[in-house]
Amino acid sequence: MNMTMTQKILAAHAQRDSVRPGELILAKLDLVLANDITAPVAINEFRKAGDGCVFDCQKIALVMDHFTPNKDIKAAEQTKLVRDFAHEKGIEHFYDVGAMGIEHALLPEKGLVVAGDLVIGADSHTCTYGALGAFSTGVGSTDMAFGMATGKAWFKTPSAIKFNLRGKLPKWVSGKDVILHIIGLIGVDGALYQSMEFGGDGVASLSIDDRLCICNMAIEAGGKNGIFPVDQVTLKYIAEHSTRQPVIHAADAGAEYERVFDIDLASLRSTVAFPHLPSNTKTFDQIPSIPIDQVVIGSCTNGRLSDLAVAAELLKGRKVNPRVRTIIIPATQKIYLDAVHQGLVDIFINAGCAVSTPTCGPCLGGHMGILAKGERAVATTNRNFVGRMGHPESEVYLASPAVAAASALTGVITDPTTI
Amino acid sequence: MKITGKVIRYGDNVDTDVIIPARHLNTSDPKELAAHCMEDLDPDFVKKVQPGDIIVAGKNFGCGSSREHAPIAIKASGIACVVAKSFARIFYRNAINTGLPIVEYDGDIRDGDLLDIDFANGVIRNHRDNTQGRFTPFPEFLQKIITAGGLFKAKEIMQ
Repeated sequence: MNMTMTQKILAAHAQRDSVRPGELILAKLDLVLANDITAPVAINEFRKAGDGCVFDCQKIALVMDHFTPNKDIKAAEQTKLVRDFAHEKGIEHFYDVGAMGIEHALLPEKGLVVAGDLVIGADSHTCTYGALGAFSTGVGSTDMAFGMATGKAWFKTPSAIKFNLRGKLPKWVSGKDVILHIIGLIGVDGALYQSMEFGGDGVASLSIDDRLCICNMAIEAGGKNGIFPVDQVTLKYIAEHSTRQPVIHAADAGAEYERVFDIDLASLRSTVAFPHLPSNTKTFDQIPSIPIDQVVIGSCTNGRLSDLAVAAELLKGRKVNPRVRTIIIPATQKIYLDAVHQGLVDIFINAGCAVSTPTCGPCLGGHMGILAKGERAVATTNRNFVGRMGHPESEVYLASPAVAAASALTGVITDPTTI
Repeated sequence: MKITGKVIRYGDNVDTDVIIPARHLNTSDPKELAAHCMEDLDPDFVKKVQPGDIIVAGKNFGCGSSREHAPIAIKASGIACVVAKSFARIFYRNAINTGLPIVEYDGDIRDGDLLDIDFANGVIRNHRDNTQGRFTPFPEFLQKIITAGGLFKAKEIMQ
């Protein structure tokens, strides 16, 4: 039976020769993830169910990234609950303030995910690791708790949509524009229950950071996962970050896809998702002059070093518009340190930006940049739902780091090619 | 299982940020979460919801975050079932795992309608016009989880 890349990874982890779309399977997990919001619910479930040993203290990652450094007393209590559990159970990959980063930037950087892995995380953006040729998907806290206890999870085998990428992205256009373009094309439920499998000659030109960003937002199209084929770029990244051996699965030539889209990367332009859906995308020929109050550059989608470097290229030697609060959040401690060493932090501070320790904070309206009623932000984050970054009558425009930096300079949503 | 309840109607793409805004996720207490359920979509929800009411929505209900706080808040607010044209996949899993009944169904249902839902036979009856519709009950594997009372209680079945 011909299988997609996702189906092959699922079959291998269910110890089966093959799986068919729609089939329910129980599969072995290589890594189980949760954060400071979802882990407390999982830990309560785990304790209620007998509070035994975890299945493998080296295959669980607990990352305190959402409301940390703790934003209030309740958040501090939640984090403490996770910290105590991690120490009690001897969880090896527990990342607290000072060591933590935003989970989906941190795990690849620490080499905890390699090609061929099956990963679940109690965070919807767990689909990010498909960039490394792994199957990874978001689940809830009960699934996470069950995974922590048994090392297994149930899955409905997904069918797939294929995206053939060709050509090369123009200057200032990035992985973020690719995925926003795709979400605009198929809608926020366009890939519901399905895997989004990327391929084609254009893949080779995409950096791992671009691929991570593209897979990260597969969930915004309703996808179960996003996944890229393993190539030299992937293997080089894994060799540089992990001591584990990747397992390469490739889609069969006769694999079936419910739909196939051809995307010419060279034809893509900077794309902005208007409130209040990630699918509400526009390119600059359709965007009027829209004044903004805040810019956020960061998150699991776009807080990596290459994202900060693009922003710095535009901000270097310039000042942000005094009406725009510009908040830059390196996604991990390593990215932060690299940004300091490369002089990016100097550029940001001299331009009038605030630079923060890693946190998911403003992306989900937690802390570190909440919007007031009627305010607008351009953010490199992943969701622009009602009230996502603060007041229910505030607005979030999703965009690439280049668009965000250009907009910070002018005070209106701006095409970076005009700077 | 059979239920009868009054409909609270919403549209497409009801996301987890409006079901329970992240600013309230610094707790996992079901009662506290229920006090803010649907706050950013329908500030009157908490005042009007009665135990046994049914939420009916369009496509892609529960899209967005993986927060299990969303089905927990809905369940704790007294909602007996969520009926939608389709569900976002993580919400679908979370509802099953936390014991919030959900039904995939697309029909002419309006705010304030009174519905009978027969889960075993997959039948919805609308009192307003006395019409009846069918939905597909869960596959056996998921029925086992639901019947057992949640994922952990079904642990032996799943080994």
